[in-house]
Amino acid sequence: MARYDSLLGALGDTPLVGLPRLSPSADVRLWAKLEDRNPTGSVKDRAALYMIEAAERDGLLRPGCTILEPTSGNTGISLAMVAKLRGYRLVCVMPENTSVERRQLLTMFGAEIISSPAAGGSNQAVAMAKQIAEDHPDWVMLYQYGNPANALAHYETTGPEILRDLPKITHFVAGLGTTGTLMGTGRYLREKVPDIQVIAAEPRYGELVYGLRNIDEGFVPELYDASVLTTRFSVGPRDALLRTRQLVEVEGIFAGISTGAILHAALAAAGKAAKAGEKADIAFIVADGGWKYLSTGAYAGTLAEAEAALEGQLWA
Amino acid sequence: MAIEVRIPTILRTYTGGAKTVDGAGDTLDALFTDLDAKHAGLRNRLVTDAGALHRFVNVYVNDEDVRFTGALETTLNDGDSVTILPAVAGG
Repeated sequence: MARYDSLLGALGDTPLVGLPRLSPSADVRLWAKLEDRNPTGSVKDRAALYMIEAAERDGLLRPGCTILEPTSGNTGISLAMVAKLRGYRLVCVMPENTSVERRQLLTMFGAEIISSPAAGGSNQAVAMAKQIAEDHPDWVMLYQYGNPANALAHYETTGPEILRDLPKITHFVAGLGTTGTLMGTGRYLREKVPDIQVIAAEPRYGELVYGLRNIDEGFVPELYDASVLTTRFSVGPRDALLRTRQLVEVEGIFAGISTGAILHAALAAAGKAAKAGEKADIAFIVADGGWKYLSTGAYAGTLAEAEAALEGQLWA
Repeated sequence: MAIEVRIPTILRTYTGGAKTVDGAGDTLDALFTDLDAKHAGLRNRLVTDAGALHRFVNVYVNDEDVRFTGALETTLNDGDSVTILPAVAGG
């Protein structure tokens, strides 16, 4: 049955598809969880709906309320869609070095955008949002980095879906941003599959993005619990772009750039298992489609040109 | 034994502006001690007085986060690449 009363009902229960050509062998297989098949086209729809429904249950959100959120894009777009359907106003604080498509989508869904300086990246967007929240005590900041409902969405939906579709799962690989996907899904899978490896792929941006960060004022999301992870890889733009292109060329999956980083870590795990002669079923998250990143230049020209085009951009 | 270490912009005041420096050591701890001999004060920005990595510093050996491979006791081999980065937000 694929009929729903409204768009929100169609959220989640995304397909898990095999990658027969990128998998090293019949014994070591890669599986892509297509989160771009959610209502606004990204994995963040799950967290957005959970966070808003939790705030409604807690009495924090009432019709007409204003929601405030620091976001580099996808969470904002997801929140904007849910806010529109539920009658809330949304204000997003977003670094100015995010793609034009994200801005257009947010505006289209009716969200207001406050830009934070590119040089300060997401860290400064978070700091600015916290300041704005102090100035507007009646606004509700859902705060994806520390909101337990973000991880709970994945504990209650993404994790069970993956285990249902892949009972023999040995590895789970996802991107590390708010850490919600990895914490929630990882915790659920660890409870059910004792030996599972939970692997984080963290985007490593160009120099400019880290440029002015003071190392004493760094940021670790409150949701992050390192004990959920087996290991954590930093993936640079070259590897992320290479894998993003490979995914569409070899398997026909048109994904965003952060998914390339995730695939890179998944392929490393697959290579390791194949070398050790072990069987493996490796599920990884396709966080979103490539549509929102066309203007970045990621999909045109040589890898070197695409990498140069991404310099200074928050591509995940 | 040479290990290439990538230095983030914010710490290049210790390396005379150099983006990468070479160091030596069998472990990350030994490498940071070696680097500090040439770039005084650098180790103190990475390692706390209690001898742990600073909370907002991420260190990767061949792209793998050292907090999952033994932290400062992570063993190093000739030709390894070490990257130091400040922790940033995503999402």
